Amino acid sequence: MANVLKKIYTALIFIFLYAPMVVLIVLSFNASKSRSKWGGFTFKWYANLFSDSSIMEALGTTLLLALLSAFISTFIGTIAAISIMSFKKGMRTLMIGITNIPMLNAEIVTGISLMLLFIFFNVKFGFTTILLAHITFNIPYVILSVLPRIKQLNPSAYEAAMDLGASPFKAFMKVVFPDILPGVFSGMLMAFTMSIDDFIITHFTKGAGVDTLSTKIYSQVRKGIDPKMYALSSIIFITVLILLILVNLLPNAGKSSSHTKK
Amino acid sequence: MSNKLINLENISKSYDNHLVLDEMNLYIRENEFVTLLGPSGCGKTTTLRILGGFESPDTGRVIFDGKDITKMPAYKRQLNTVFQKYALFTHMNIAENIAFGLKIKNKSKSYINDKIKYALKLVNLEGYENRMPDSLSGGQQQRIAIARAIVNEPKVLLLDEPLGALDLKLRQDMQYELIRLKNELGITFIYVTHDQEEALTMSDTIVVMNQGYIQQIGTPEMIYNEPENAFVADFIGDSNIIDSIMIRDELVEILGTKFACVDKGFGENVHVDVVIRPEDIELVAPEDGTIQGEVTHIIFKGVHYEMEVMANGFEWLVHSTKMFPVGEKVGIKVDPFNIQIMNKPESEDEEAVQIEE
Amino acid sequence: MKNKFFKWLSLPYIIWSVGFIIIPLIMVFYFGLTNKNGSFTFSNITSIALPVHFKSLLIALLLSLISTIICLLLSYPLAMILSNMKSGNNKLMILVFVLPMWMNFLLRTLAWQTLLENEGVINTIFRFVHLPALKIINTPYAIVFGMIYNFLPFMVLPIYNVLCKIDKNLLNAARDLGANEVQTFLKVTLPLSVPGIISGITMVFIPALTTFVISDLLGGSKILLIGNVIEQEFTLNSNWHLGSGLSIVLMLFIVISMIISVIFDKDGEGSAL
Repeated sequence: MANVLKKIYTALIFIFLYAPMVVLIVLSFNASKSRSKWGGFTFKWYANLFSDSSIMEALGTTLLLALLSAFISTFIGTIAAISIMSFKKGMRTLMIGITNIPMLNAEIVTGISLMLLFIFFNVKFGFTTILLAHITFNIPYVILSVLPRIKQLNPSAYEAAMDLGASPFKAFMKVVFPDILPGVFSGMLMAFTMSIDDFIITHFTKGAGVDTLSTKIYSQVRKGIDPKMYALSSIIFITVLILLILVNLLPNAGKSSSHTKK
Repeated sequence: MSNKLINLENISKSYDNHLVLDEMNLYIRENEFVTLLGPSGCGKTTTLRILGGFESPDTGRVIFDGKDITKMPAYKRQLNTVFQKYALFTHMNIAENIAFGLKIKNKSKSYINDKIKYALKLVNLEGYENRMPDSLSGGQQQRIAIARAIVNEPKVLLLDEPLGALDLKLRQDMQYELIRLKNELGITFIYVTHDQEEALTMSDTIVVMNQGYIQQIGTPEMIYNEPENAFVADFIGDSNIIDSIMIRDELVEILGTKFACVDKGFGENVHVDVVIRPEDIELVAPEDGTIQGEVTHIIFKGVHYEMEVMANGFEWLVHSTKMFPVGEKVGIKVDPFNIQIMNKPESEDEEAVQIEE
Repeated sequence: MKNKFFKWLSLPYIIWSVGFIIIPLIMVFYFGLTNKNGSFTFSNITSIALPVHFKSLLIALLLSLISTIICLLLSYPLAMILSNMKSGNNKLMILVFVLPMWMNFLLRTLAWQTLLENEGVINTIFRFVHLPALKIINTPYAIVFGMIYNFLPFMVLPIYNVLCKIDKNLLNAARDLGANEVQTFLKVTLPLSVPGIISGITMVFIPALTTFVISDLLGGSKILLIGNVIEQEFTLNSNWHLGSGLSIVLMLFIVISMIISVIFDKDGEGSAL
């Protein structure tokens, strides 16, 4: 009995979490532009999606932003995480404290503080300012995802590599880096996701003329959302879902190959 | 005697104002099995890490084969280490682990393959090339760690409590294995442990350390039979350490009773510590003993009985194959050769030398 | 890994965090404590006492507090159920909660309009089973609803993580010593999960308190939260000084939450490796 209740409870929460996804997917096939009326089934939003240059441009901006910010923040964050662990305790605590600021701080404050920075230094708002902002809020995700991996490292493995003749750099690349790689990847994925989903910080750091999908959608809230946006979101969501299922169905696909490569 | 391979000169090291090694001097001969023995925190692991190049001493020099290597980084030293918890690279298979050092030195493929085969054969793990470290037992991982170190043909193998994580039976097997390896390879082994039995079984030379000082250096027999101070006596095996007075040469007063002994040169009426090993005490009929007492405890230990005898206000620890029940009056006899006289520690510092574990 | 080379690796990050975290925060204080002529003033900060600003702060505090409490009440049982599942795969759990992020956050929130509207999906179902219709769209309830929906994962995950880490033998020990299920929960599980609860509370409370999007999308722009006021000062009125001043007030609450979470974060970075 208790078990049934537990299952029902869990199911209700997941329905709550995923109901909007269903609504959006349904709306993407709705012939009516209204969010509350069903106007019959249609594929036209999907068909017209790729010829809508403004949406495609926003999509391109979003993806480029996510890729660039994920790569740069992963690079800076990973080397920072490695470095943080070699600091003395006090300095380390300070560094991690600073890392936590963008994580714990309100997005609106991060957004306006960056906006003020750019205003103060007369930086022209545009793609670059958004990119700088995204890197800033992404680095902490990378650091916090790599740090636990570094803590778990067996410090003797690094020493063992040097003992066997590897220079510190070689020892790091051959022994330490492969061990923290999963943390680096999940940090990068997290950064990519956060960048794609971000609205608030982009809202404050973008200039006129540049739009990500988020800011484009926000600008349409008053006049009515273009149903092509539903179609695009559904495509993205389903793609990610399928990718995740594939990755989880083939959990060893990545692992086995890494053992054999030299 | 073969020549000195390693010379540690006046090595000091402290961490956060805590002195771990104090002006240590030690030399190690070629082809020797040296064990650094002591309780945790005695400085033995630090000594090993200084030799391996993972720590640099605050003062002093490390001389290896006539050259000063104090400042040489770990990866340039002709020493290899077997780490406490093996430190195998978990993302590489056994062959890749063993080949690691050789690949760095750009050895040819066939050379590397031969070496892997040779090393695996040496540690009795032929055919394990493609296994992953995680799939091996602790003892097997340990052998791989040794194989990985020795393929580099080091002149010295440093072993940092390598058997600590293994269970008792496996530990004993590995002890014989290590002696065999050492003899086959003909290189110097420097072994760190806190296990006195391991040290006594395997070593040519034991260096007993405590609180950053070397307490005694000697063969296992010397360390066991003639401990130089109370710490060594207490740390190596069980012993009765009794506050006594050296009356004159070859006569010592233990707990108010005079015993004949063989030591000389301590002076007359000097306070000393006397060490008597429990197996060196003979329990006899009360009238035959030098002093008399009463058995207060008895435990059967397999090879012998362990008894405690209360005599002259001291609980004597006695190992004997003969059983005396609790309450029995007995006499205690000790052969003069088995009474080991030691000087009292001179300073407060040495007094602090107690076993802390 | 004590090596000078490694210490230098954090240089880019140190420069970055000074340039893009520390200096921007100083900017907020600079703008918040000056007026348009650049002279020092407290008026931007004290303007929080204006009825319109103060009301928006109070509403935001009230709604975010309610959302946080409901999130906690909903999340704790869920986290417990999930952490007790045998196949409790940590990675999968996180994926399940991260996955919705791949659907745009604005669209997800807007979808609740469709669901909650007077003629929306939920009310249609309610009418079908003869339940009274919900009239919550464009009310504070809808905002609370949106907050719970958006921030629930941030409450579930930290609690779930903490619960997973509790050694099951502790629970067995408590039972062995005579505690029943309720006592075991109150005396062992709950105290041990406090760090997760605290971190969940800060991760829900701060974004809820400072949001302007959810109130915008679900409150029908009738209800202004402090976040909306600040956002309008920046984007509509271009009064950065006033917006910064109000942000400083907002940061006061954020700092308090941060301090609380740091005090309870024993697992974080207190321990040396």
